[in-house]
Amino acid sequence: MPPIFETPLYPYQRSPDQDGATPARHAVVVVGAGPVGLAAAIDLALHDIPVVVLDENDKVSFGSRAICFAKRPLEIFDRLGCGEPLVEKGVQWRLGKVFFRDSLIYGFDLLPEAGHKRPAFINLQQYYLESHLVKRVRQLQAQGKRIEIRGMNRVAGLKVEADHAALEVTTPEGGYGLEADWLIACDGAGSTVRSLMGLDFVGRAFEDNFLIADVTMDAEFPTERWFWFDPPFNKGQSALLHKQPDGVWRIDLQLGWNIDREHEKEPERVKARLKAMLGEGVEFKLEWVSIYTFQCRRMEKFRHGRVLFAGDSAHQVSPFGARGANSGIQDTDNLIWKLKLVRDGLAPDSLLDTYDDERVFAADENIRHSTRSTEFITPKSQASRAFRDAALDLAARFPFARPLVNSGRLSTPSVYDHSPLNGVDGPTLPPVARPGAPAPDAPLAKGWLLDRLGGRFQLLAIGMDAPPLDIEVVRLDASEALARRYLGDARAALYLLRPDQHVAARWTAYDEGKVRAALARAMGKG
Amino acid sequence: MAKLITTLHIDGADDFYAELIALHAERTREESEAINARLILLLCNHVGDRETLREAFTEARRDGAASLA
Ligand SMILES: Cc1cc2nc3c(=O)[nH]c(=O)nc-3n(C[C@H](O)[C@H](O)[C@H](O)COP(=O)(O)OP(=O)(O)OC[C@H]3O[C@@H](n4cnc5c(N)ncnc54)[C@H](O)[C@@H]3O)c2cc1C
Repeated sequence: MPPIFETPLYPYQRSPDQDGATPARHAVVVVGAGPVGLAAAIDLALHDIPVVVLDENDKVSFGSRAICFAKRPLEIFDRLGCGEPLVEKGVQWRLGKVFFRDSLIYGFDLLPEAGHKRPAFINLQQYYLESHLVKRVRQLQAQGKRIEIRGMNRVAGLKVEADHAALEVTTPEGGYGLEADWLIACDGAGSTVRSLMGLDFVGRAFEDNFLIADVTMDAEFPTERWFWFDPPFNKGQSALLHKQPDGVWRIDLQLGWNIDREHEKEPERVKARLKAMLGEGVEFKLEWVSIYTFQCRRMEKFRHGRVLFAGDSAHQVSPFGARGANSGIQDTDNLIWKLKLVRDGLAPDSLLDTYDDERVFAADENIRHSTRSTEFITPKSQASRAFRDAALDLAARFPFARPLVNSGRLSTPSVYDHSPLNGVDGPTLPPVARPGAPAPDAPLAKGWLLDRLGGRFQLLAIGMDAPPLDIEVVRLDASEALARRYLGDARAALYLLRPDQHVAARWTAYDEGKVRAALARAMGKG
Repeated sequence: MAKLITTLHIDGADDFYAELIALHAERTREESEAINARLILLLCNHVGDRETLREAFTEARRDGAASLA
């Protein structure tokens, strides 16, 4: 067992709140110090909103969970000030192989699009992500930001009022009360906050078990993603082999529904399966084994007055496509700037309803993708299986059938096409940067575009001038790279960007009235 | 129905039909099912147009004889 699982990251410490005569009131309390809760807290601190994070535990997430982090969350981590160490530590890959029964049917090369600071994704153990986020929290504390993590603080009771939430928290030294103007529930799929509020979490469970193992081995496997459909070593099921840092490999083996879970988890049994998969003579060590079942479900609404749900507490997907943590990070990216404006009285309370509009839409998109992947990997009917096998069979001979093969569609950001915050679209400008989309990155003469954006509303003026309004103007010459993503055939363009780097509106000429109207609309006043 | 051709569009109807049935000669039910699935995917890709395909799906879903009865 790697020591990282055993070392407390935010050990319990008594808080003065535990000794107060009346419950202390905080601006924001975040429940859960998983990847989503930590990202929320860091973003709040960067916006100078004091935050207390409560977690019932004091360590990183135990064992094998997320390993694949996509480009958009990496860009968000850059904005939060901790993208670099993640990408440095992470494994990058672009080659993959797909096997069907006993043969290799095709290989692929993801050929990343050039001109982005961050790769399409990296593989990195979730515990590394979490420990880097905690490091970032410590840095912010050292800079005097009011951000605090309380380990071994479990939320056990909750009363939601019109203008605050009252919490009962248990600790190793007994319970205490705490109040929050705003409560962000990032307490995972089994959310206590959600149950205490009696809210539904409906969707669909998949009748299947997956054995997830992390192993270390010295074998000469290339840094590629290998996916098997119906392999001889796991008949009728699927398997996945994926590389992580430190010579650790992730292995997923589909087991089917009617199995004896305890028996399947026995080390001898697991080792026998892995030997069959990796080949005799390959030396490996089991780091961690677990058996999961997966579901796709979401809450009906992510906002309930002063309580906001983000990450797995709000929505859950099957892991094919790596959309869990990746989408949770985008929830907080969407939420925190809105909360900042509402809290500061600069935007109407209804701006927070657009968190619901935009992120429920994204959750549905993620659920749709991961449900489709699951259907392909584990067909639910005889006909579905026949088409799956036909697609695989044809894919070996005909490239046309390869895009039908679905072993997971990697998480990409949702474009909020129908968001009430979107303003005017300059119709001739390129669709990649349309209102609702996250601003695409581009290389600048020095550095990267996205490193200049985010955290506040900005005007991006490319190939033109714009007078400074009450918001900052980023003025750039129309380089070829910028022209491709932002201008198309136009000579110049003006973009209004939200604090989460999403495009709010865009024009080919400056008009103060239009810019002001779009800004008001993007702040929920439109 | 706008795009799906629903009038005879194949030369030598009897010969075509015999060839289609011959495809399944001496095959088990499972083998036939697999052949049909490959055939459908090949043909769908050949057609390509999503609207035409959806029209075909609609017609295939309908049980013609039953709907006339
Ligand atoms: C096998 C597997 C593979 C996966 N692969 C990927 C992947 O490649 N990419 C990806 O993006 N996602 C992946 N996921 C999903 C990912 O792990 C989750 O989406 C992610 O952990 C969700 O983060 P979270 O912060 O919302 O919740 P969690 O990580 O579950 O964190 C919740 C936190 O809340 C705390 N908590 C719970 N209840 C209370 C309480 N009452 N009081 C105080 N604290 C509480 C818990 O201690 C915990 O720290 C995978 C999941 C699995 C199981």
